[in-house]
Amino acid sequence: MAKRSAPEVNAGSMADIAFLLLIFFLVTTTIETDRGISRKLPPIQDEEVEPPVIKQKNIFTVIVNRNNDLFVEDEKMELSELREAAKAFLDNGGGVGEDGCSYCQGARDPQASDNPKKAIISLVNDRKTEYRTYISVQNELVAAYNELRNRESQRLFGMDFTEMEAKYNDPNFRGNKKKMETQIDQVKVMYPQLLSEAEPKSS
Amino acid sequence: MSKFKKKKSGELPAVNTASLPDIVFMLLFFFMVATVMRQNTLMIENKLPFADQVEKLDRKELVSYIYAGKPSERYQKTAGSEARIQLNDKFAAVSEIQKFIYAERETKREELIPYLTTALKVDVETNMGLVSDIKQELRKAEALKINYTTRIGEVAKNR
Repeated sequence: MAKRSAPEVNAGSMADIAFLLLIFFLVTTTIETDRGISRKLPPIQDEEVEPPVIKQKNIFTVIVNRNNDLFVEDEKMELSELREAAKAFLDNGGGVGEDGCSYCQGARDPQASDNPKKAIISLVNDRKTEYRTYISVQNELVAAYNELRNRESQRLFGMDFTEMEAKYNDPNFRGNKKKMETQIDQVKVMYPQLLSEAEPKSS
Repeated sequence: MSKFKKKKSGELPAVNTASLPDIVFMLLFFFMVATVMRQNTLMIENKLPFADQVEKLDRKELVSYIYAGKPSERYQKTAGSEARIQLNDKFAAVSEIQKFIYAERETKREELIPYLTTALKVDVETNMGLVSDIKQELRKAEALKINYTTRIGEVAKNR
């Protein structure tokens, strides 16, 4: 009896099969992680609750009309100027005594906001406003907050606020999350994001 | 003497392709792992706006998507050319959003419910009227964490 060796499997077509699969996955792939501006909606409130009285100087009104024009405190403004204007308003720190703001670096104009903790940005849209304008305005306002928070966070903890928050939200981050949380909260208390959006007007 | 003489053939030796399957498999596995299959077939135009103050949306399983925009060309006959909302694979009315959110919540574990996020993928040309209707419905459904999905870039590119 002659010794028979097992016949070798022909693997020549393996590459073809693998290529076929590879091309399928190449075509269907969308490598994406979604990114965007995160916001929190206000809960629905009872109609009976009286809204608190807020001093006019603590409100920064931003209006976008149906033609996508931007009005800040009733004056027309270009989108590129909005960030600086919002920062100047938030960081003004015009209050004295109890309302004072020790860390503000603004102009301390008594006609503008007392304290970042009280300064409210009110955004009013029209129903005909385009979404792209809305996102641009949102982005600039969030940027104003982020820049101020970064500045204070950099001064106190030597790290950007946005970086800290990204690390805190990263599930793979191995560090002292508890400490980071208190630091984040501390900065958030200094510059709370008081961005109120009214129901859009239909005109 | 001729025993030791090397046989010289004029032809080039064939390139060894034995490791080709390995290389291809390696690429294949990379793409298999990195692939995210599209969940929904878009029936609307969905050009997202640019923004640069963005946060990453981790944990895809906790995100529900609401799309809005003009119906794409092939659906315009049946759905009209006004901006519409798309939930899952269908056009939907504003009033269906609440039901959609509750249905999404049903499928998630209870301890994860506070972390649920709603991602709004809205076309740049949509009017804010529709977007604020969506937001109002989300408030009613108590889905308060939202994310306006954007592309990354300067806002000046939105013009």
